[in-house]
Amino acid sequence: MAENKFSGDKATQELRQVAEDLNIQTIWDREVLQTPHCGFGLLGICCKNCNLGPCRVDPFNPDGPKLGVCGADADVIAARNLLRHITAGSACHNDHGREITKAFYMTAKGEAQGYKINDEQKLKVVAQEYGVTIEGKSSPEIAQELAKKIFSEYGQQEGELALIQRAPKKQKELWRKHGMMPRGMDREVVESMARTNMGVDNDYRSLMRQGMKVALSDGWGGSMIATDLSDILFRSPRPLSGKSNLGVFKEDEVNIAVHGHVPVLSDMIAQAATDPEILKYAKEKGANGILVAGICCTALESLMRRGMPVAGNFLQQELAIITGALEMLIVDLQCVMPSLPEIAKRFHTKVISTNPRAHFPGTEYIEFNEAKGFELAKQIIRKAIDNFPNRKKESVNIPKVSADLVPGFTTEYVFDMLGGKTRFTYRPLNDGIIMGRLRGVAAVVGCDNPKMQSGDTHARLVKELLKNDVLVVQTGCAATACAKDDLLTPEAAFKHAGKGIQEICEAVGCPPVLHLGPCVDNSRILTACCEMVKEGGIGNGLDELPIAGAAPEWVSEKAVAIGWYFVASGALVVFGMPYPLYGAKNLTNFVTKEVEEWTGGRWAFEPDPMKMARIMIDHIDAKRKALNLRPMMYQ
Amino acid sequence: MSKIVASAAIRGARAITKEAEDFLIKAIQEKSADTKIGFPETAFFLPMANALLGVEVKTLNEAVRVLNYAKSLLPQVPKEKLWLPYLGDTLDAGIATMLSEEIIMVLRYLYNQEPQADCNGFFTDTILRSLGIQLVDGRMPGFAAILGAAPTNEIAVSIVRQLQERNILIFVGSSTNGRSVIDQLKESGVEMGWDNYIVPYGRDTLSAIYPLNWAIRSAMTFGGLKAGQAKKCLLYTKERVFAFGLALGLVDDYKYATGAGAINMGFPVIADTDIPEIKPSGITTYEALVKEFDYKKIVPRCIEVRGVKVKVSKIPIPVLYGAAFEGERVRREQLYCEFGGKSSQAFELISSKEAHEIEDGKIELIGPDIDQIPEGQKSLPLGIVVEVSGRKMQKEFEPILERQLHRFFNYCMGVMHIGQRDINWVRISKDSFAKGLRLKHLGIVLHAMIHEEFGAIADKVQVKLYTNDGDVQRELAFARKVYEERDERLGGMTDESVDTFYSCELCQSFAPNHICVITPERVGLCGAYSWLDTKAAYEIAPAGGNKPILKGECIDSVTGEWASVNAYVNLRSNRVVERFSMYSIINNPSTSCGCFECIMALIPEANGIMIVHRDFSGMTPCGMTFTTLAGSVGGGVQAPGFLGVGKIYITSKKFISADGGLRRIIWMPKELKELLGEKLIKRAQEIGEPGLIGKIADETIATTSEELLSYLEKVGHPALTMPSLI
Repeated sequence: MAENKFSGDKATQELRQVAEDLNIQTIWDREVLQTPHCGFGLLGICCKNCNLGPCRVDPFNPDGPKLGVCGADADVIAARNLLRHITAGSACHNDHGREITKAFYMTAKGEAQGYKINDEQKLKVVAQEYGVTIEGKSSPEIAQELAKKIFSEYGQQEGELALIQRAPKKQKELWRKHGMMPRGMDREVVESMARTNMGVDNDYRSLMRQGMKVALSDGWGGSMIATDLSDILFRSPRPLSGKSNLGVFKEDEVNIAVHGHVPVLSDMIAQAATDPEILKYAKEKGANGILVAGICCTALESLMRRGMPVAGNFLQQELAIITGALEMLIVDLQCVMPSLPEIAKRFHTKVISTNPRAHFPGTEYIEFNEAKGFELAKQIIRKAIDNFPNRKKESVNIPKVSADLVPGFTTEYVFDMLGGKTRFTYRPLNDGIIMGRLRGVAAVVGCDNPKMQSGDTHARLVKELLKNDVLVVQTGCAATACAKDDLLTPEAAFKHAGKGIQEICEAVGCPPVLHLGPCVDNSRILTACCEMVKEGGIGNGLDELPIAGAAPEWVSEKAVAIGWYFVASGALVVFGMPYPLYGAKNLTNFVTKEVEEWTGGRWAFEPDPMKMARIMIDHIDAKRKALNLRPMMYQ
Repeated sequence: MSKIVASAAIRGARAITKEAEDFLIKAIQEKSADTKIGFPETAFFLPMANALLGVEVKTLNEAVRVLNYAKSLLPQVPKEKLWLPYLGDTLDAGIATMLSEEIIMVLRYLYNQEPQADCNGFFTDTILRSLGIQLVDGRMPGFAAILGAAPTNEIAVSIVRQLQERNILIFVGSSTNGRSVIDQLKESGVEMGWDNYIVPYGRDTLSAIYPLNWAIRSAMTFGGLKAGQAKKCLLYTKERVFAFGLALGLVDDYKYATGAGAINMGFPVIADTDIPEIKPSGITTYEALVKEFDYKKIVPRCIEVRGVKVKVSKIPIPVLYGAAFEGERVRREQLYCEFGGKSSQAFELISSKEAHEIEDGKIELIGPDIDQIPEGQKSLPLGIVVEVSGRKMQKEFEPILERQLHRFFNYCMGVMHIGQRDINWVRISKDSFAKGLRLKHLGIVLHAMIHEEFGAIADKVQVKLYTNDGDVQRELAFARKVYEERDERLGGMTDESVDTFYSCELCQSFAPNHICVITPERVGLCGAYSWLDTKAAYEIAPAGGNKPILKGECIDSVTGEWASVNAYVNLRSNRVVERFSMYSIINNPSTSCGCFECIMALIPEANGIMIVHRDFSGMTPCGMTFTTLAGSVGGGVQAPGFLGVGKIYITSKKFISADGGLRRIIWMPKELKELLGEKLIKRAQEIGEPGLIGKIADETIATTSEELLSYLEKVGHPALTMPSLI
């Protein structure tokens, strides 16, 4: 086994051992081979943006180069690189939103097979936010108009986004004041790329202003669209019981894993797998049923809405194949390792790629198309069933490890959770904070990274926060990591949390850690915070709330974009590792200090989960003090 | 909501809803689906369903809709492990419970099973209105609903007494192990009823819906909310109705379910058993569910948990003290001693003094105390002289303060006060004497209460109590001189003799466009505020609900229209009312709020006006009961031909003087005639119609306009020959 940070998860350990025994290279091995990582890259001070270079500035030697060939200093180089990261991340979410909008539009026109409008109430709410009049119109009519408005918002050249109007007045005024209010999603991505070309924007502050602008177009634009339209199309989540980790695979059933991000595919696969004709076919091939499980964020989309089991998070995608029990791995896009087809060759697993944006040599490509959604899904599942007889018993290693969790929390559901259908309210949450039972709310989100003790960092951070009466919300692979430690169960409150949270959880019946869904659903954190502000008593803006966010093991550029839209919205965001930055002193000062004067939010970087918790708690305490809230009830 | 509580409440809700369903099916089978159902004397149908769903249930069939909604709310009982959030579910279960209980109760009315023995049953709108005034003026700080039974009768009595002392209205009912607090109080000889602030609702938990569907009506009556504004109605009761539940003995599923309903309304539940507590706030203002085993602490704990604002501080006297005892009588068999009435000479006087003449808190008893009454004698003469000084104290306030003595004495448990000035009559009960009550305690009460309620004008208060005949006679002579001076000043006061009227805007909390203009000859609609009261109230609290209106230019002295009054009313009625005449029911009459003592209605065919007071529940010749009339006229609108008024106004010289005054009255309930008594007769003589009272019909003579008309013709009522009203 490669010598690097050890994952505390037993399923991961077991299958890594299998991989080693079979001499299969996995992400941990490749990580070791890549260390030490390039120092210039880590510090953010190499530039490959034009053919004057590649250039790098010397951060140590006073006589070394301080400027690139074009004359860009470390701050400009790092800021341009950072802006490109943010832009790529935002582009991913925004394009995801567009993909959902397309499926939504086709559904509205009756051209998407197997899809339907599942939440008419939310449809009406969102439509009105986009200025669609709803009186006297059918749901499909409303949905068509809404979809067209959203499509045109992508290319909108001036004005403001529709959903960003949900933000408190204070934030909107700050964004306008600092020139950070995004216009259209595509427009900000294009402008960002243009600005980072050689010789365009040469001021790190100006570059970061654009960084926040494009990030805001993600959080309050593309991501929020993705969340809301997915709720309308695939139903709005409500809490349910779920299972997670590689032990969810079944010895006697056809195991299919969906992996990627956009629920248009995964939801249809999950739906088609319950088709009687398909089930009958599986029986004919000797299987007792069909198990569809998910990996990465697409898993969480269907977990939240259908209770579909989660096979694993980002780091476990290769291990899913190594169980030897996986008939098929269906992928769409984002966070899908290019190594998968190579590993699949060692087993009977078929890897199917489906999205025209994401091709993987070595996989079978079946382009997914909503027009034939149900048929295509059945066709793909049939192939998986056909593959079931090829499973080799001796190669099967399903770890007996899985964990229960209660996911399915949304901004809207919190109203019902705390007040029921008649007294729906956020008051108990705000009251909890005001009275000092809850110190505040922390988001622990993001990816899992082989550089860190995967999972363990998240769990240690979350437990420390809970101990200090900080309620935790989670999304993405960080949530899946904590699920392995049973932190997303209602019982966890009485095992890990302080007395204040215990009283709240006892009263409400919720877990102390609320699972809000995949990484696009970080938008739910934004809207939930808006509701907290609206409910009153804990500040007039998002920046005044006693909240903090962390992505301890961030991997993707999407995480950088998410972090920035939170900082731009007024939050403290702590990353376990800095993005390439430290070689640029002024830029570092800007992101960790100066930006707070603009937005009220800022960045911090700290790998130790206990210290990370301290940074977050201190920040929350400072916000409590500024709000003049009473001391914690059980300190 | 602990899981145990949630599970119990959800189980309870399911059982109660099932009970409602079975009963409703039975009723529909035995009667017919369109059989009329309803509670007595309410304009709110099934009030909880009306408030929460906006439905007006009048038949069995219409109740099905409510039941179906309740069923749709019923959640699953939380699982043992890996449970899903249950707080919202439990609150939903509480709503379902209240709706179902209300259906069960109305069906019991249909089957004549309600009210239960010794119990009040459904609380009528009339009670809501009349107690609403006490809510407005803060005399009643809140309600308690007691469910179950205390371990002993003594504890039950002690709890109730502690609540009474704090003026908290108490609803008692439900049972624990077949024993009800109602019977505990009954066995202990505790007087119950609205006057005593102790109201038994029923011996089962289901009937606890009565206080709840009574409280929810306050949101629509006083909160100006519309039927169907469910969340707002529930938030109104949370913010404005300081109620709580007190569960004595085992809390079973039914009680938990009903408690979940109460919590929706913001009412916490306090129990004397080992229940799981729910401390986080948000649905309730503070804790939602609390236990307290110590019966000495349980009432203060209730008050703390609900945040009830108890106004009257603890007064150091050996008996309980509070508004709850106001209506209590001291009957002959309980009588220890008495003063005034027919038994001896007594009087009471408040006079203002200079600050240096008064030692605050000094209570002097000049003469024997009540424990020195000779054997075989039961009375003493009594002169009560209260001297007040204050930078803002005025001679004019003396009678206002003096009139409060009646209430201040009656708040004392075992003390009864009747009358005023030199015709007062005070009785003290044997129990109170045995508890150590002596005359100086009455002085302590007056000192404390004047400070408590009139602290803004009274800086210092001292009390002298005379019980020797000679002293009483001497002081009485002085007092009578003061009374005479006052009468000259007050009696001569007419609308023309003053340059300022006063507004009363107290009712705008529930009738936002309503405003009363109060003049010396026109009391407020509620009958509770005279011109002097409003003048004093303005002096005491300039930013309060009463503001001066300078009369200025008179537009029409007959209808009573002034430019400045019009301007003021227009401004404060949110620009709704443009013109306002003081003495007419026809031309731009006053708006009517909702708490008027009487309502008048034009009977066109008789060319006259009928008047009905709040306590009269029967039919009137205009085809509507008081409740129906009030419902259609109240709320702050101008409705020519209809007018809400205070009782005393009927005998005023300015009583609808523009429309012909008292001569126009053709019908009024017998009870109202009796209430007005001498004053009415005197007024009839003043206008030269000594036989008028006999010509005014009552319910024994006519309840339809035909009957009325034929009677009026028979007796030759003057209205028939007066100029046409329309």
